Amino acid sequence: MDHPTQATEFVADEDRAHWHDGALWFVRSKRDRAASTVPEWEALRQHASAIKAHTLSRIGDYLEQFELNATARGAKVHWARDATEHNAIVRGILNDHGATRIVKSKSMLTEECGLNPHLEAHGIQVTDTDLGERIVQLRKEEPSHIVLPAIHIKKEEVGDLFHDELGTEAEASDPQYLTEAARHALREEFLAADAAITGVNFAVAETGGIVVCTNEGNADMGTGLTKLHIACMGFEKLLPRAQDLGVFTRLLARSATGQPVTSYTTHYHGPIAGGELHIVIVNNGRSEMLRKEQFRRALHCIRCGACMNTCPVYRRSGGHSYGYTVPGPIGSILAPSRDAKQHYSLPYASSLCGSCTNVCPVKIDLHHQLLAWREEIAATKVLPWRKRMAMKLLSRVLRHGWLYRLSGGIVRTALRISPRWMVYSRLNVWGRQRELPPAPRRSFRQRYAEKAGEGRG
Amino acid sequence: MSGRDAILSELSEARYDSPPLPELSGFGGEYEDPIAQFESSLETVGGSLIRVARSVDLADALADLEVVRQAERLYSSLPAAVAGNVALSEIADPKELNNLGLAIVRGEWAVAENGAVWVNPTDLRHRAVLFIAEHLVLVVSESKLVHNMHQAYERLGANLPGYGLFISGPSKTADIEQSLVIGAQGPRSLHVCLVAGSDE
Repeated sequence: MDHPTQATEFVADEDRAHWHDGALWFVRSKRDRAASTVPEWEALRQHASAIKAHTLSRIGDYLEQFELNATARGAKVHWARDATEHNAIVRGILNDHGATRIVKSKSMLTEECGLNPHLEAHGIQVTDTDLGERIVQLRKEEPSHIVLPAIHIKKEEVGDLFHDELGTEAEASDPQYLTEAARHALREEFLAADAAITGVNFAVAETGGIVVCTNEGNADMGTGLTKLHIACMGFEKLLPRAQDLGVFTRLLARSATGQPVTSYTTHYHGPIAGGELHIVIVNNGRSEMLRKEQFRRALHCIRCGACMNTCPVYRRSGGHSYGYTVPGPIGSILAPSRDAKQHYSLPYASSLCGSCTNVCPVKIDLHHQLLAWREEIAATKVLPWRKRMAMKLLSRVLRHGWLYRLSGGIVRTALRISPRWMVYSRLNVWGRQRELPPAPRRSFRQRYAEKAGEGRG
Repeated sequence: MSGRDAILSELSEARYDSPPLPELSGFGGEYEDPIAQFESSLETVGGSLIRVARSVDLADALADLEVVRQAERLYSSLPAAVAGNVALSEIADPKELNNLGLAIVRGEWAVAENGAVWVNPTDLRHRAVLFIAEHLVLVVSESKLVHNMHQAYERLGANLPGYGLFISGPSKTADIEQSLVIGAQGPRSLHVCLVAGSDE
């Protein structure tokens, strides 16, 4: 299903759509306040972007350096070409240890690879331990946002869910009370777990370490209570130097939620005493993105979610309308590089206002890439016939001045004299939710010529 | 071809020219009053600061804390200041630490810009102590306060410990309708004691 169709479902509930819009704008405002406390904010973004650009240009070398150092620190490094290999590697490690109960902290990569359903199909129980992720997991849904997975759900709905699943009081919807209930339920899961899976926020080539950031401490709880830690990362998470973390830890949380830093920023170099640390490095289409000069900057992404919080389309259409693990502006670039045919509508889910580009902490030229994707998609034949024909027609009209003037005249007259049912027919997609402005009698060009004539006279 | 070789060969084909890594020296401003900044940052992230004038006063300062007075099971890595009643050496499985009331642990560095404290619990037999405890107290020497994260990483260098972390405030979440709740999975409160005077 395309984005407009799924967004229509979301906006059908007008109150919820406005509430969602407001909730995300609140986060965006917090981000603005946090960024404004750092005088060198723009220089930080510039440096972060330069570090990422450099690292990606020779990512193979840095990955080998990382592997060498991580191995020296006692970690075991695995390589996965795609999602299937990733899932098989993780399951293989778990099987080797006879692990059947897993606590997992937030990892968009494992969502991208569909790890949970894969493990569950093989009899391994996975508990998402981030509160937002736990809520969507219990609802058998996907996260609708990469930092705030349950941003689309109201507290009353969480209350009903927890009443059914965790036995909280009926109708209770106080976030404090509900969080407390989840804390107790999740603590039981931690205490019963055989292994912990985490994502990776940053990996450092020169030290062979990985960094995991959370606010709840759920990643640390899992890795501190079990002997087996599997960390899954896309290869673009790599940074060359430990010093680079100074730049990125200053940007990440401020951009994501407006906090000065995440509550826990944990650096793992090797396994826990008597345990094992496995690091799975995943490609899954990333090398292909790297080869496309126009789109490789999307690999700078540190998954802060700032582009979503600010996006007028995301805020009003909800994360699920994108139909991809990563929604919003960055997802609308990542998804078509995975499958342009399936996700052809996403680059159009943007007003190209450029707000995403302005807030991106690693200076991804998001709205330019969205436009570039539209060109790519228009060049292939994945767009619906009607849209393709309309664009072809428009392009011809705009290329010829006489045709433009003629069409303008015809349309102005037609709009004035046609009955309403004709103007607002099914073909007029734009007019479905809006009124067209009244058609003027004369064009701007005609009025300008008259005015200019008056001026001279 | 193994997955590793396949990925690396693809990536070596995708190699391209780019500017060198930027230098990071001289980054990050300094605060006029880093202690005041640390205190305000720490409050922002939900923690509380306790200033201790001399290291000999630490024991009294800690004894005054409600979380210390009320803790039934207490672990302390500073037995000279507060005696704990949980010995990690006697605990085989960290899961036995569930219901630990309080942990008092030394922090290495404090960061003014964000209220974070670098903890490198190499002497801690169970790192889970930092998360499973209902309340956490970190004790840092005032002389180890730096202005920003750049300085912190500069001090830490490239020889990072097997496990080390920045802790900024107590465990928290805002996953239900953006309402901030302190005490999500880990400690429900965090006190940081900044100890002036000798390098304690």
